[in-house]
Amino acid sequence: MAILIDEQSRFIIQGITGREAVTMTRELLNYGAQVVGGVTPGRKGRDVHGVPVEDTVRAFTERMHVDGAIVAVPPAFTADAVHEAIEAGIKLIVIVTERVPRRQVAQFVEYAEQEGARIIGPNCLGIISPGKSKMGGIGGAAESTRRAFTPGHIGVMSRSGGMTVEIANALTEAGLGQSTAVSIGGDAIIGSSYAELMPLFEADPATHGIAIYSEPGGPMEAQLADYMRESNSRLPVVAFMAGRFMDAMPGVRFGHAGTIVEGRADTTAEKIARMEAAGIAVAERIEQIPALLKQRLGA
Amino acid sequence: MAMFIRVDLDASLQQDVDLKKRLVEVCPVDIFALDGDTLTTVDANLDECTLCDLCTDAAGARVKVVKLYE
Amino acid sequence: MRFYEYEAKQLLAKHGVALPKRTFARTADEAASAARELGGATVLKSQVLTGGRMKAGGVLFAATPEEARTAAERILALPISGQQPAGVLVEERRDIAQEYYVAVTWDARAKRPVIVFSDMGGIDIEEVAQTHPAHVSRTHFSNLRPLSDYVAKLAVARTGVTGNDLAPLTRIVLNLARIFVQYDLTLAEINPLAKLSDGSFIALDSHMDMEEEARGGQRALLAELAIADTDTRQARPPTPFEVDGARVDAADTRGVAGRVVEFDGNMGLVIGAGGGSLTLFDAVRSAGGKPANYCEIGGNPSVAKAAALTKLVLSKPGVQKIAVMMNVVSNTRADIMARGVIKGCIDAGRDPAQTIAIFRIPGSWEEEGAKILRRYGVEYVDRSVSMHEAAQRAVAKMG
Repeated sequence: MAILIDEQSRFIIQGITGREAVTMTRELLNYGAQVVGGVTPGRKGRDVHGVPVEDTVRAFTERMHVDGAIVAVPPAFTADAVHEAIEAGIKLIVIVTERVPRRQVAQFVEYAEQEGARIIGPNCLGIISPGKSKMGGIGGAAESTRRAFTPGHIGVMSRSGGMTVEIANALTEAGLGQSTAVSIGGDAIIGSSYAELMPLFEADPATHGIAIYSEPGGPMEAQLADYMRESNSRLPVVAFMAGRFMDAMPGVRFGHAGTIVEGRADTTAEKIARMEAAGIAVAERIEQIPALLKQRLGA
Repeated sequence: MAMFIRVDLDASLQQDVDLKKRLVEVCPVDIFALDGDTLTTVDANLDECTLCDLCTDAAGARVKVVKLYE
Repeated sequence: MRFYEYEAKQLLAKHGVALPKRTFARTADEAASAARELGGATVLKSQVLTGGRMKAGGVLFAATPEEARTAAERILALPISGQQPAGVLVEERRDIAQEYYVAVTWDARAKRPVIVFSDMGGIDIEEVAQTHPAHVSRTHFSNLRPLSDYVAKLAVARTGVTGNDLAPLTRIVLNLARIFVQYDLTLAEINPLAKLSDGSFIALDSHMDMEEEARGGQRALLAELAIADTDTRQARPPTPFEVDGARVDAADTRGVAGRVVEFDGNMGLVIGAGGGSLTLFDAVRSAGGKPANYCEIGGNPSVAKAAALTKLVLSKPGVQKIAVMMNVVSNTRADIMARGVIKGCIDAGRDPAQTIAIFRIPGSWEEEGAKILRRYGVEYVDRSVSMHEAAQRAVAKMG
């Protein structure tokens, strides 16, 4: 098993004719993902690597079941594309676009909550259930993806897309496969945080432990610590904390939009203390993650 | 001067008007350009070649992409 | 991006929030004549993009225009947290009966804006929240439904405020929340919000931050406040090196090569991207390395962009070698990066083999990248060498 997507998942790509989306489509198909359609207004009747293109999301949802949508349109059109997908009844939306204004993100996230849809991102590389399917550019070409990601029992979540791949790769090199890896996005407000995805991993019998990448700024690590304390989770969690140098540089934005030390709770020192107090092991280097997980899995 | 990539054009290309246009169209990094009726390569863009093979798919052996680092 | 107090107050005034009479002055002469026009006692406040002005001596009181001139001279000559004041705000002094606090900001956990209100203003709100929790209210509002009066009323009433004060405070809180939404702010704060002895309310100090990504959509506002596109409003103004870094990014739309931040060290970094850069910068420091810069490169940049960033980093005096490192890449190509950094070295008149301490970009097209690096004699490592190990090896090569 896995969470969010598997080999049965059928999804569409909004903005499929864009330069990066064309490449992504080919990579997804080569990996075995079921890309059933693409949407670009005015391009109805074309195809991208054999995937049919329509003008609207409804052109697909009215004639077939669609599990998800990847939104790969420019920032100015992202909110519209997400609203269109939610309104058409799609329940899983992965937004790869960067630089979407925060208020627009908050609006479509609230709309998704109302309609029972789940949003991953924005500003993310997407989701992969290794050996089954992937949604988004995560891992790149199918061959590179297979090298970094292998099927197994560790759930991965990361605020950084690139570090999702780096962590999965370190797990793979150490003989630990992954159930599902989710690049959750680097913005200050995102559709799904660590704590919000934990119950899904909790319910997945194939997931035995969790690895996360964390960084300064925002309340997401504190929220995960709260979840771990309150939920009696069966899953051991190992976190890697990047950006330790930023503690001494409040007010300066490095990395993602969500990464800025504004208050005391935003520093890495504070986050590490909170997570450790909640039983989460914090690694200083990526290569320590597999050993810390193995210890906790008794493997 | 390009350091990494050289693109050789077969002289016979210049007779094929459609192919010349097509090469200008397909290259994602604008390596081909028409100087009047003559197809040329743009020196400043050669190193940006992504080895996508779209030009060789279109022109076969009449275009040769040479990796200068090999 | 942060606004100066005088700009934040312009927005408050535009939206009907009462303020002290005030004038923004750029020179001591202007401050003196402003004080003369205002008449009576004045307060002069340094206009910098940082807090702690009072403690730093950036807020002074004056009884006469001459005192105002002296105070302005002192303020204008006083940098605060390394910032030269943009000017001085001269305001009439008012008699205050009570101080309140109100702010609107994002609650990333709830994913909604939140109004924070307190009837104990003027001091550190986090401290009040700890010591007097009943005097601080937190009230969220919907991103979708129209912003209605009752939300602001709830925020105020929750701290126990009632009677004649409830309606005027509700109006101010509502106006501030509207400003927050309308201008894509990430923080809109009035502290203190003062009740005067006549029972009316005015905003004594205000702090507003706008989301960086919203600059494009808020051009009209920025024009109204006469804020230029080049005015970055960072906590510290960018160095010429950092300005050149932004130029490298803007020159080419393919990929990103930005967020260049200058440090004092001897080791140039060409690292990427968001999370990878944070990890690698830590790794270099923990290995005892001295970074000359922070940067982010990724998103499948062109050869030209990678070359320009490399050349820029090498142009910084004291940079002996550069380390080129990334996490396992998905869409950025190792071979394109290899071409770019080698070209950047050669453009800077340096031998790539001697200049690139290490190249660690595993992932797409890595075999092709390896061929290029071998040809130029550059040491490269694959994914079997971790990011921290790669950083360590690079640091070991520094003099």
